[in-house]
Order: sequence, then C-alpha cells, then structure tokens
Amino acid sequence: MRTINVVEITENIKEMCIEATHFLPEDMGNAMKAAADSEESPLGRQILQQLQENLKIAGEDMIPICQDTGMAVIFMEVGQDIHFEGGSLSDAVNEGVRQGYTEGFLRKSVVSDPIHRKNTGDNTPAVIHYEIISGDRLRITVAPKGFGSENMSRVFMLKPADGLEGVKNAVLTAVKDAGPNACPPMVIGVGIGGTFEKCALMAKKALTRPVDKGSDVAYVRELEQELLEKINRSGIGPGGLGGTTTALAVNIETYPTHIAGLPVAVNICCHVNRHAVRII
Amino acid sequence: MDKHVNVPFDAETAVSLRTGDYVYLTGTIYTARDAAHKRMQEALEKGEQLPLDMKNNVIYYMGPSPARTGRPIGSAGPTTASRMDKYAPKLLELGLKGMIGKGKRSREVKEAIVKNGAVYFAAVGGAGALLSRSIVSSQVIAYEDLGTEAIRRLEVKDFPVIVVIDAEGNDLYETAVRDYCRE
Repeated sequence: MRTINVVEITENIKEMCIEATHFLPEDMGNAMKAAADSEESPLGRQILQQLQENLKIAGEDMIPICQDTGMAVIFMEVGQDIHFEGGSLSDAVNEGVRQGYTEGFLRKSVVSDPIHRKNTGDNTPAVIHYEIISGDRLRITVAPKGFGSENMSRVFMLKPADGLEGVKNAVLTAVKDAGPNACPPMVIGVGIGGTFEKCALMAKKALTRPVDKGSDVAYVRELEQELLEKINRSGIGPGGLGGTTTALAVNIETYPTHIAGLPVAVNICCHVNRHAVRII
Repeated sequence: MDKHVNVPFDAETAVSLRTGDYVYLTGTIYTARDAAHKRMQEALEKGEQLPLDMKNNVIYYMGPSPARTGRPIGSAGPTTASRMDKYAPKLLELGLKGMIGKGKRSREVKEAIVKNGAVYFAAVGGAGALLSRSIVSSQVIAYEDLGTEAIRRLEVKDFPVIVVIDAEGNDLYETAVRDYCRE
C-alpha cells in the first residue's frame, strides 16, 4: 500500500493545466511542422506558418496557444494499491484546476448550469474520468478541451450490417460537417464498439495518444491511415480555406460490443490538441 | 490581394473587399460573443439602446483569456461565428459593416451581408497568441459581469483577417475547398 497526500495531486494538476495550455506535446509540434512543409495551398501554408509562429509566441511569452483554454478533462488512472489521504481526491483535482486557471491567466469558460449559464468564475468543475489499474502508481492526463471542435463531435449508433464501410462514412460525415468550424487541421479521435458512453470516452481518450503512434491492431492501423488520406482529399484545408492538410491524424480505439450494435463516436479536436501527462 | 483597411469603415469600403483578400485592419473594433449577443437582442426587444452604435462598426466574435500584468490582453483568437447567426441579420440591418470569426454562416446571414453591403472576415482559429500582438489596447465597455464574454473596445493595428464572404455573397469556404477537393 502506498499513501499519497491529495495536496500533491492539487499541485500537479495546477501545473499541468498551465503547461498543457502553453506547450503542445512534441509529437503534435512535429506534425504541425511537417504539415507546413507539405501543404499545397499557398494560403494554407501561410496559415500553417502563422500557427507555427503562434506556438512559439505562446511558449516564449506565456500566453495561451488559444484563448479557449477549454473545459478541463482529466483522466485519472489510479493504481489499486494507492491510499489517498488529506481529503477528497475529486476536490483536490478541482482545486488544482481552480488554481491553475486563476494563477495561470487561463480563460474561465465553464457555466454552472447548462440552461441558466452563470460562469463559475474559476473554470471548475473539471470532467474527471477515473480508472482503476494495477500497481501503486497514478497516471494523470490533463486534456483541456476547446468547444469549437467539441461542438462538432458526434456519436453514431450504427447497425452491425453497416460494418466497416458504415464506420468510414460516419467519420467522414462528422469531419466534413465540422469543416472550418473545428479549426482545421484537426486531430480525429474515434471510438468503435462498447456502448453509447464507452465509445464516446474511447474517442476522447484516443486524442491523448501520440499522433505518430498508430494503433497496435493491424486492421485498425490501416483504417486510421485510410481515413486520414480520405479526409485530406476533402479539400477543407488549414482554417477551412482550402488545402491538402485537413487532419494531422486519426486515432482509433476499439472495444468489444453487443451482438445488436456498432456504436461509433467521433471526437474532433483542433490543431491545439493539448494534453499533459504525469506519472506519480 | 493584400489590403490595409481602417476601421470603422463605410459601405463603400465594405463592397470594395473581395473574397480571398488578405486584409490588415487598423483602428477600433468591438468584441461580442454568445452571451453579449443574447443581451443585445433582449435590449432591442425592450426598445432599449445598444451599448454601442452598430453603424460602420466591426464586431469580433472573441472572448479573450485574462491579460498578464502590463499586457493589453491575453490570448485573443476568433470563436465559431455560426452561434451568432441568429442575431447577426438584425445587427447588419442596424449598420454593422463587418464581423470577424471563424466557420460557416447561415443563408440568412449571407443574404443580410449582401443586402446591407457588409463583409464577413475569418481570423485564423487557434492563433490567439499571435493575434493578441495586433491588439494595442482593450477596454470593457458593457456587460462586465459576463467576464470573458463582456463587450470590449479594442484598438488594433494591422490585425490580420481574410475576407470569406463578400458583399456579393461569394463564400471562400465553398470555393477554395472545391479547388483542393480530390474525391
């Protein structure tokens, strides 16, 4: 049994909120650079170069990459041999978000009620996903999610007879409908299988996988490649103003499902595909 | 074509801009997004005056992140314009000449752009740090309680935007995408 004081969680979450909103992971930075080199549209190249400069300014001046610093989505993979002391774990996570968004000059974009819409003033609460894993380590992923792209995300409850073609059509439909609204070049997270909520959660989590690391499953890896090529033939391009770079990656996760169903979730992320990961 | 345009601007300037023009705006613009638009509509319904005169002005659909000490503003990129489609035709009727955002507009907004001789610009989505460098000053002028959604007056210098929908109703999101579509 390992004991962790929740104060340590608060401190880490606070730092990770600030880190994620100012610095992209290395794989995303590399993908953005490669896109700026390969884009065929002159306006598209100009936009991709501006996005390179934007990333540089964000890191140097400590100004968020995007003003929409998101709703804080936090994955907590908790080793089953850990005992937390010092208070509620979820309260500690939210306290980290509160401190990170306040002290880090991040935008407060959360309203307390979806209908009455009063801003909570500190970007809490976070959306926290807990998973129990073996061992005594805690893996935290902080993925602040902007809503320009979140709003364009979809869940499709397909029929088993729709098969692989149905899945491809669902992903392409979601991406084309998203178009310029989702701030392309996008990263596409896809969940296939499970249940209604399981496929959505897989799609979200797929966005946190490095964009240069394909699926471990051969047919899924091929599907990721095929969809990426098809998406980049759509013409949407950087900023939606035409070009050959509409997406940087398609990341797919799968899970067993019911004999009667084929759920597919498409979680779209803009080029600011932020996430910070720490293992404690 | 690269153009330098002072804001506010009149209908003559608006109709001279063409889809695909790369425009640098200098002068005064105003921010308003979802909640501010809702309040402005409520004010109009009650017959009250709006916090700013729409005539010849440009609205930037944007809610910034907080400014660090000594800086005019935080990160300041565009938000999705379609959420303001419900409100835009009325404001165009009142003399609004330009909107800056990202993403597609409705048929009703396009028609109002043509009818009133206005223009819809896109700023590069997700380039908030870069765009903040073209903002010289920022002052909240209305609805301060809305936080990031308050209406701000911005002084901008060479603020980079692209004409997406011009006063003739041409739409770059449709034409440019067709040019690169290989399906």
